[in-house]
Amino acid sequence: MMTSMNKKLKNISAQALWQNNPALVQLLGLCPLLAVSSSVVNALGLALVTTLVLIFSNLMVSLIRHQITAAIRLPVFVLIIASFVTCAELLMQAYAYSLYLSIGIFIPLIVTNCAILGRAVTFAANNSPLISAFDGLMMGLGFSSVLILLGALREIFGTGKLFANLDILLPMATNLEITILPNYPGFLFALLPPGAFLFMGLLLALKNFIDQQIVEKNIKNLSPNPSSSSLAEDIS
Amino acid sequence: MSEIIILLISAILVNNFVLVQFLGLCPFMGSSNKIETAIGMSAATTFVLTLASMVSYLVYQYLLIPLDITWLRTIAFIVVIAALVNFTEILMLKTSPLLHKVLGIFLPLITTNCAVLGVALLNINAGNSFVESAFYGFGAALGFSLVLVLFAALREKLSLADVPAPFQGPSIAMITAALMSLAFMGFTGLV
Repeated sequence: MMTSMNKKLKNISAQALWQNNPALVQLLGLCPLLAVSSSVVNALGLALVTTLVLIFSNLMVSLIRHQITAAIRLPVFVLIIASFVTCAELLMQAYAYSLYLSIGIFIPLIVTNCAILGRAVTFAANNSPLISAFDGLMMGLGFSSVLILLGALREIFGTGKLFANLDILLPMATNLEITILPNYPGFLFALLPPGAFLFMGLLLALKNFIDQQIVEKNIKNLSPNPSSSSLAEDIS
Repeated sequence: MSEIIILLISAILVNNFVLVQFLGLCPFMGSSNKIETAIGMSAATTFVLTLASMVSYLVYQYLLIPLDITWLRTIAFIVVIAALVNFTEILMLKTSPLLHKVLGIFLPLITTNCAVLGVALLNINAGNSFVESAFYGFGAALGFSLVLVLFAALREKLSLADVPAPFQGPSIAMITAALMSLAFMGFTGLV
């Protein structure tokens, strides 16, 4: 019982973080991903809010899944997500107002992040609450890792620095700015919209490349003795 | 009149919704494999987006402000959009079954197109009037359609190209979009 549970949780994590990553494989939630990744601080802020909304919406959907009929499923799920996003919006206005202004319209637009609705429909509607919340956490982390990586890449290439203005997310973290490339003249392209598309394209290519390497390695491990591999070559 | 034209040019070219403001990327990547699909998606989105920006303006001005519940705007707008999409679907089915057959499959996807909710919110933030809101929504939809159809044409050609293995699929599409976005940066300062 315990081991099967562990296996399930492990499988959810692997799916969310790599094989079925919402940002890199399913290409969901691209709008906030590209728009908010111009600096690490904005990326971290949006990543945090998106993950929290995902966890709570998955939990809520899973709790009421037996009461909802198929006909009204989608509107109810969208309303649940919209309620949590409104909560997040009000909390940010109260406690992190400058971050709220800096991310701007993409906080309310979390409602239309298809990754969240997608998880509610495909996972939370068919699974028990705790597992669904865990799935929400992992999917949120999968999305967040890509968002933060893209933000870091663009900030380093754009300004040569990292973690600029971190204090608008964490009030106690002043002067954590790291200069990665000293005397860097700055590369505006990385910060402008075209840079977002380009870096995302390169990240997708990198993921494909790593997957190909893994597949090739597995094929080599499957046929260790030379006779069988030469046989395979003959057949092909 | 000239203000309306400036608003349209700004929404279509200078602040293009897809390539400059990053709104509506999911249908941009998802339904741009074939030009016919792209045109269908564009037509359905244009209709819903224009209507949604008008209705959400009315809801905000005459329902949310008098009742002093503007903090509910996200929920109110998403309900308006979902209802409009449903309404459009029923209207199409009754009046023109052929149009419904062509555009019907795109309609449910529009609810989660963030450009639609985005236009409603941007109109409120910019303090646009009713007419301005309608034209801003229409311009945003035209800009979305223009870029979507152009991108679909590029991708049709691209599917015949010999792309290095890791870059195949969405990766090369993103890089193509980067080049298109770079071209649209040239419109900066036009208005």
